[in-house]
Amino acid sequence: MLSTIYAVLFYIAMAVFTVGLVYRIRLYARTPAPLKIPTTPAPVTRSGVVLRMAKEVVFFESLFKANKWIWLFGWVFHVALLLVLIRHLRYFTEPVWWWVKWAQPFGLYAGFALLGGLFALWVRRIAVERIRYISAPSDHLMLLLLIGIGISGLMMKFVAHTDIVALKAFVLGLVYFSWQPLPADPLLLIHLGLVLVLMIIFPFSKLLHAPGLFFSPSRNQVDNPREQRG
Amino acid sequence: MNNVVDHDTLTINTLIDIPTLKKGAMKDSAPYVAAPEFQQALGFPGELVDDWQARAIEKFGELLKKSRALQVYMDSCVKCGACTDKCHYFLGSSDPKNMPVARQDLLRKIYRRYFTFAGKYFPRLVGAEDLTEAVLDDWYSYFHQCSQCRRCSVYCPYGIDTAEISMAAREIMDHIGKGQKYCNEILGKVHKIGNNLGLPVAALINTVEDLEEDLEEETGVTVRLPVDEKGADILLVTPSADFFAEPHVDGLMGYAKVFHQAGVSWTISSYASEAANFALFIGSYEQMKLVAERIRKAAEDLGVKRIIFGECGHAWRVAYSFLNTLAGPFDFLDAAYPIPQHICEFTWDLIEKGELRLDKSANDHMTLTFHDSCNVARGSRMGDYPGGQFEIPRAIIRACCNNFVDMAADTIKEGTFCCGGGGGLLTDDLIDIRTRGAAPRMQALQDVVTDHGVTHMVAICAICKSQFAKVMPTYGFAMDNVVSLHQLVSNAIVLDGQNVNGVEHTDLDPGSQAQ
Repeated sequence: MLSTIYAVLFYIAMAVFTVGLVYRIRLYARTPAPLKIPTTPAPVTRSGVVLRMAKEVVFFESLFKANKWIWLFGWVFHVALLLVLIRHLRYFTEPVWWWVKWAQPFGLYAGFALLGGLFALWVRRIAVERIRYISAPSDHLMLLLLIGIGISGLMMKFVAHTDIVALKAFVLGLVYFSWQPLPADPLLLIHLGLVLVLMIIFPFSKLLHAPGLFFSPSRNQVDNPREQRG
Repeated sequence: MNNVVDHDTLTINTLIDIPTLKKGAMKDSAPYVAAPEFQQALGFPGELVDDWQARAIEKFGELLKKSRALQVYMDSCVKCGACTDKCHYFLGSSDPKNMPVARQDLLRKIYRRYFTFAGKYFPRLVGAEDLTEAVLDDWYSYFHQCSQCRRCSVYCPYGIDTAEISMAAREIMDHIGKGQKYCNEILGKVHKIGNNLGLPVAALINTVEDLEEDLEEETGVTVRLPVDEKGADILLVTPSADFFAEPHVDGLMGYAKVFHQAGVSWTISSYASEAANFALFIGSYEQMKLVAERIRKAAEDLGVKRIIFGECGHAWRVAYSFLNTLAGPFDFLDAAYPIPQHICEFTWDLIEKGELRLDKSANDHMTLTFHDSCNVARGSRMGDYPGGQFEIPRAIIRACCNNFVDMAADTIKEGTFCCGGGGGLLTDDLIDIRTRGAAPRMQALQDVVTDHGVTHMVAICAICKSQFAKVMPTYGFAMDNVVSLHQLVSNAIVLDGQNVNGVEHTDLDPGSQAQ
């Protein structure tokens, strides 16, 4: 019963996440950007723009210019999240890819960095008057959701182990449409439940900053209006 | 309707610190609403329409479909706080709604309420709100406390540009009948007469004739300022303030001397006697196109080969970034030169080739610093490499004077602080917010005055020059402490045959020439 509910929820969440995101990305791509508005100085070639975007995506360059604390906490959180996601790929692949194996220990420590970053961001959101002023309830809840995912995940590693062999069978079963039972471990159910919630709200929330960055005209346009008409 | 500026709060040393919030401090600062005649002249409703909520939402939806920037910026903000201490109006007023993200949220909360799933069904959760009269009042106040300078967009991790958002908000307000008097009245004058000042052609010709006399008296050389001269090579499009305002007019005389010395034929157009394009400020693509097309028509009618723009910040942004799109292609112009070209690019090119004789000592009575104008710094370029808009003006200044010092690094170039009067705010009904918005720049200036004995600040924007001339006395400077860049060129340039100390000048020691 429980396994069925989670399996169905997983497919629903995956569908909402994928369809929602594709819809949003298509909307961004199809909406015209008639005037050239790169924030200058901007690259004068397409390859220069690729480099500019890469620096934004990988190093959060603009944020680094703006505020070193927000940059530090935000960057640590995002890099940690990436490592944790890579670590989780082992549940979806058989045999596990070599580089996923290689990244396992990094992913583990990254779990703590992820929580550290999230808590620090939340402390700023509460303690810094300006950021408190601009925060809606959803801004706090988003951090809580991610913190909940992080804590439940780390607890399964360090406090109460879950049956990860059975879990992997369940996950692979979802991927290959051959459904297997899910271990009825409360921590695991909480962890997975919160992840499903995250996937479902992704296309309806500020998490759209992820695709949004790639479509931001002030960052992704080439500075060549005199040579090329918009 | 405005508070008198409380001079205690403007004591300079406390200003660059991030202020604690004073909610509602600038709530009552709002410009005069455009009268029906000025609204209707631009095709907007004369006054607030009865069903303004519905019309506003409809227009908003239309803009979201037309502008990727608006759509992406509405969705992408994560409320990280990076921009919260970057706006000069926030730093100068402490009003939290002048933090860029809070200003954006005035529009974003309406976006969420009417255009997103979360805001339709869980408005409180995501900070969505109904479009009420109170919201409209906030829009009118706070979207007219944004000079669209783009400083916040430099620091935003997603490049969210509050300028785009305040332009959209003003466009929506225009379409429900609540436009701003200053901008809309001026646009009407451009359509009718050809310039922001409403200066008719006869007055324009009188003015330039007076300037020609002044130039002849000063130099002993006949330097012309031609108007509507068909067949000239170059059309000069310059802000109309250059024809009469101080220190703008000294810059105009500088351009005339440079053109004279370069031996090029040039002309001003009475039909397009205005570089400014205030349609940028009100976010109207259609209006911006109409004004831009006047320049194209003038260039075609006069049969020029090149277009050069005078010193004006937002005008250069519209010219450099948008003119080709709005009124192009300009295939009837000479492709050997940039289309359009900035007067600084023109002058620097001559200096580099060694074609101008510059006597730096003519500016020895001043120690100068340079104010990067926001629209030039963050919305355009000069030269053929990124950042040329910072280097070329400085290179010209260094070629024209011996004493130059930059202000603090985080207050110049891409981090430059707005003068406080840009974006359609250069009107007396907004003097309070203008004065407050100038505070960060004044702080940076005070630092180089104290540390390096700076006496004058150079600007390359008509709005910056007017704004500084107006507000600098409040901060203990003189109104003529702001100078035009081409005023320095004008002082330093030695024309062929010019009288220098009563002696007709023919040649200079090459050592004193600019390299």
